[in-house]
Amino acid sequence: MKVLGIIFAGDRGELLEKLTNKRTPAALPIYGKYRIIDFSLSNMVNAGISKIGIVTQYNPRSLMDHIGSGKEWDLDRKNGGVYFLQPYVTPNSESMGYMGNADALFKNMDILKRGNEDYVLICSGKQIYKIDFNKMFQSHIESGADITVLSSNSKEHNDMKISNLAKTNEDGRIVEWISNPGEKFKIDKNNTHVLNAFFMNKFLLKELLFATVPEGNFDLIDGIIRNNIDSLVINAYNFYGFWRNIKRDVNSYFETCLSILNDEIRKELFYEHGRVYTKLKDLPPPKITNTGVIKNSIVADGSFINGKIEDSIISRSTRILAGASVKNSVILEGCTIEEGACVENAILDKDCTIRIGKKFLGKPNSPKILEKNGVF
Amino acid sequence: MRKKIVALILAGGQGTRLGILTEDNAKPSVPFGGKYRIIDFTLSNCVNSGIYDVGVLTQYRPHMLSKHIEIGRPWDLDRKEGGVVILPPFQGNDQSWYKGTANAVYQNIEYVDKYDPDLVIILSGDHIYGMDYREMIDFHLSKKADGTLACLRVPISEASRFGIILTDFENNITGFQEKPKEPKSDLASLGIYVFNWKFLKKRLVLDENNKNSDHDFGKNILPEIVEKKEGKLYAFLFDGYWRDVGTIKSLWESNLELTRPMPPFNLYDPNWKFYTKTEEYPPAFVGKEANVKNSLINEGSQIYGNLQNSVIFQGVYVGKNTHIRNSVIMTDTYIGNNCKIENTVIGENTVVNNNVSIGLGESVENEFRPDIYNSDLVSIGSNVEIPENVSIGKNSAINSNTKKEKLLEGVKAGKVIY
Repeated sequence: MKVLGIIFAGDRGELLEKLTNKRTPAALPIYGKYRIIDFSLSNMVNAGISKIGIVTQYNPRSLMDHIGSGKEWDLDRKNGGVYFLQPYVTPNSESMGYMGNADALFKNMDILKRGNEDYVLICSGKQIYKIDFNKMFQSHIESGADITVLSSNSKEHNDMKISNLAKTNEDGRIVEWISNPGEKFKIDKNNTHVLNAFFMNKFLLKELLFATVPEGNFDLIDGIIRNNIDSLVINAYNFYGFWRNIKRDVNSYFETCLSILNDEIRKELFYEHGRVYTKLKDLPPPKITNTGVIKNSIVADGSFINGKIEDSIISRSTRILAGASVKNSVILEGCTIEEGACVENAILDKDCTIRIGKKFLGKPNSPKILEKNGVF
Repeated sequence: MRKKIVALILAGGQGTRLGILTEDNAKPSVPFGGKYRIIDFTLSNCVNSGIYDVGVLTQYRPHMLSKHIEIGRPWDLDRKEGGVVILPPFQGNDQSWYKGTANAVYQNIEYVDKYDPDLVIILSGDHIYGMDYREMIDFHLSKKADGTLACLRVPISEASRFGIILTDFENNITGFQEKPKEPKSDLASLGIYVFNWKFLKKRLVLDENNKNSDHDFGKNILPEIVEKKEGKLYAFLFDGYWRDVGTIKSLWESNLELTRPMPPFNLYDPNWKFYTKTEEYPPAFVGKEANVKNSLINEGSQIYGNLQNSVIFQGVYVGKNTHIRNSVIMTDTYIGNNCKIENTVIGENTVVNNNVSIGLGESVENEFRPDIYNSDLVSIGSNVEIPENVSIGKNSAINSNTKKEKLLEGVKAGKVIY
């Protein structure tokens, strides 16, 4: 079976405030050394997909820098590999930018036309989960569905803001689609949360795009799925694991980051269904000196720990100097916490410095953010 | 003017004094410093010095080494022209195995000639150091030398462990002493040589035809040049960190040196990075009850116990209430709960089950090779499984791939288990 992967990584992520001023949410660093898109990319690569198109639009610089030739994912290939699908100007249209995700695929019809793949897997690059996609493909083929949609009816999702809810019948076929359901619907056996991963025949996708996009319907979910609930067999494939959408807001990013300190979540995300690949930096091992104290935390390569750390995520090349303390915080790459400084309930973006003795304190449920290259 | 230069790294030695650690792989592929292998330092020095044509001469158990180097990607040595090439002994000439360091280079004259270099730099894959070879090459060129040897000042009391270089006031080499009882100088040779290729080629051919020669650079080639006054050799003084981690004790010591507050060897210099083949592991995790002091931990490691003055490699698991002191634990090793481990070097992929004590109790001299297994250190190889509730005494060793059944009674101090 040959599958083409498409990852959407082009939106602004307004709700992430300062964190996405200079990068798209898919390029946001997470868990000490990864970017959010690593999880979607690794899931695809681990399922044997070797040709992946990444749809970009909002400031893709750091995303492109991260992915490069795709070498770390074994995507630097003569056949297939990684393709950036960036909007472009044509003689017929002066407008830059995609009008919607269906429009993005329509404008990049070449990647769908070329190649001998039979199927296409469409994912969002802003979600954290580990899955064996091969099982989803198998269920798609065995059930004879036209489109298979990844979904979850885990009770856990009752606490999340849900953008798409699908009602299913006993066979798992989706019979009703509700966008932005609000509080009214609770997730249960027949009300399932759509997780934004779609699997379908490539030729069907091509036809549906030609039928809807020129008519002015630029949205994939609306034009291709919701309008075809009756005419196509659209099945839900249930996913039971840990799943988070980063895009929602700063709090959910913060919560998702710190959730990795849980043994079970860490085991699921890092050790099940293959590894998570990311751009490597060849940094020396983290070093903890005799003034360093470290409890319940993640520490990435190249870090020096001379101070005290508790319940935190310490990314690559971070320096925590003697007498400094970091608690319940997410420290991104290259930060320095100077002597005696204190950081609590905070997110420090890349290359920040907290000066000697300063206290940078947020609240447990609303972390304080220091913007990239910030000095406090 | 830029000279064309080829590097040859001699990486064929077993390193017998590392005992069980080099039982099934060559010394240059022994792990070091949390994520590296010994040869990484020489390879990184080459690329950081702008030398991209590198031959690695292998002989003893080269599998791990070849797998590690592959096409040289981590060092940017996967090049369209040049790059890294593994050079094992081969059939098709009238030679067999590499008989000595000089013979190894002699057998690869054809390979080097293809590059038509002005200079060759002969290196060893056995040492830990960071050195800009360009400084040495500039020195070599400025002296208009035929050959230049890097050397280090060592305490005169230790000079008898090294090959000693005698020089005049202009660093012109006047003689050699091989591990002398009464050293006449404190300049130790580091096994790093720069030669004009045409000159070296001539010497190698002469040496090959000498039936009485051991075909060794230190023993034959270099002394002969000086004695017969047939070329100008100079000594280049290097004053940085350099270690030959040739024994279990020195390997253990140099690893633990890295955990000190101000280590003599800097892994963290952004202008002189050391590259290695990195496996993809998640960042290190340290648990709530863990207590980590003066240690290096590494990607993929999960620490729930207590560490002091230890180097923990990638993917190592340390269970609850386990105490590890002054030890080196290599890649993917699992250590269960309630263990006590002191002064121990443990290889890769080894499993230590719950309630095991290693390196405690009385000290007994090793019965088999006290010259290798000493200083109260315990050496445990790769792919060993140590059963629950046993104790392993000081100065003992367990060979790689030892079965659990052989260890049910534990290991007494001073014993070696094969």
